[in-house]
Amino acid sequence: MALLKRLVRQNYPEVPFTLDGVSCVGRSGDTVLTAVLTHADRLRHSDFSKSPRAGFCQMGSCQDCWILTADGRRIRACATILEPGMTLLTGLE
Amino acid sequence: MKERVRPLIIGAGPAGIRAAEALVDAGIKPVVVDEAPLGGGQIYRQRIVPDERTARDLYGSEAGKATALHKTLAGLQDRIDYRPRTLAWNIRDNIADVMTDGRGGRIPFSHVILSTGATDRVLPIPGWTLPGVFTLGGAQIALKSQGCAIGEQIVFLGSGPLLYLVAWQYMKAGGHVAAVLDTAPLSAKFHLLRGLLLYPGIVVRGIRYVADLMARGVKVRFGIEPVRIEGDTQVKGLVWRDRGTDHHIACDAVGYGFALRSETQLADLAGCQFVFDKRDRAWQPVCDGAGRSSKPGIYLAGDGVRISGADSAELAGERAGLALIEDCGFPVDKVRIEVLERRLNRVQRFRGILEQAFPFPESLVRSLADDVLLCRCEEVSIGNVRSSAQKFDITDLNRLKALTRVGMGRCQGRVCGSGAAEILAHASGRSLEDVGRLRSQPPIKPLPLDLSSDGEAA
Repeated sequence: MALLKRLVRQNYPEVPFTLDGVSCVGRSGDTVLTAVLTHADRLRHSDFSKSPRAGFCQMGSCQDCWILTADGRRIRACATILEPGMTLLTGLE
Repeated sequence: MKERVRPLIIGAGPAGIRAAEALVDAGIKPVVVDEAPLGGGQIYRQRIVPDERTARDLYGSEAGKATALHKTLAGLQDRIDYRPRTLAWNIRDNIADVMTDGRGGRIPFSHVILSTGATDRVLPIPGWTLPGVFTLGGAQIALKSQGCAIGEQIVFLGSGPLLYLVAWQYMKAGGHVAAVLDTAPLSAKFHLLRGLLLYPGIVVRGIRYVADLMARGVKVRFGIEPVRIEGDTQVKGLVWRDRGTDHHIACDAVGYGFALRSETQLADLAGCQFVFDKRDRAWQPVCDGAGRSSKPGIYLAGDGVRISGADSAELAGERAGLALIEDCGFPVDKVRIEVLERRLNRVQRFRGILEQAFPFPESLVRSLADDVLLCRCEEVSIGNVRSSAQKFDITDLNRLKALTRVGMGRCQGRVCGSGAAEILAHASGRSLEDVGRLRSQPPIKPLPLDLSSDGEAA
């Protein structure tokens, strides 16, 4: 279930991306964190116990909101602006 | 002469922007680096794109200050070397290592003003790593900068002025606030009456936030103890204890924090001396009233030195800028300096009162169960820390890090460091001061391995 509830920018231009292969739509002005968490309940899984994580500080400090891209990069979701065509992975089958 | 002065300002929040303004007014052109795409810091953070909200909607009573600060930065653009989206990840002798949009660089400087700000201070509690739990600052940024609520039924938990401000902002924005749970007792709030003499506006506003929340039927509780945040893969509820009785509330999000902690890593890497600050319960860089650190040429301003708030940061930024100008042998306005220092002192008196009104929950540190995760990155439990401390007679935070990996992960101890110090101090029977502070390591934040370099980014 989605974590974040969008209160503004409801009708802003759509920005398409995929999350774990599923087509999703964010809005212009979204960070990756906002785009993902308005669709899903997690960004990644923790390194050791593989428990779901969805960020914490939202200001680039805690490093909890890393998400994988299909080309093998790891981006900090709270500080990265959503771009059309991003292919994002939460990292667990 | 002035061309040879090449100051660097790190951080474009209230302190950094006012410092830059002071330098520009003296005919000096600083380099200003800031991690965010737009200036203002966290408190006056700007949206990536405009939306249907006004500045008043975003910043409330502080809208005037926010707008003024943004305007100042915009007006300085041609007279400063402004580098947004730039992380300063190391400082060595007169050089800062930076990364802008994935490209590395080096910025040489003659002087540096560190205005690195603060983040939420947290303690680990059961369930705090669940999706749906965010810091109070994080909850505020989701709303302010992205126009999103962190959930449909939100509990705000912890203590500090931000607890009520964020809850009130959510309520005003149309979010559903299920409860505001303050670990500080109601009796502590009477300290604020003394604050009325110093800053009546701030105190009255705080009281209004609480009254507004209660009038809308929001459950507001004082002197509670958090028991656990419940949920399997995301937040489902929260349990707290009030005078010995456990209470449960259903919720899908929690905003959580106990005031703020300073971002001091760059000051540490720059070689500044630190001193233990009882009020902030942390080791902070040594700083005189003018913003001078223990090292010549290195200046400090704002919440990155000592938690003092945004108004104080603006004053301290300007004061540090003037100190730098003075130290270069250029004339400064002595009357202005007196005014700044008087106002800064007044803020410090008020911060002392705030600390008494929102005391840190020391008893929580003692009651936390062993199985609670302390270090989110390396997933080290409180029990692991306690037993290691006993078994190996650890009395120092860096020893603890070496043995347990607490603070060794991607956040470099930003999130767990203050909690780890509290838990180690309690477990080892030492004072917080005695257990010390985590040594900072470059890079202070993760960098991509393929960081390409432009060489000197000057």
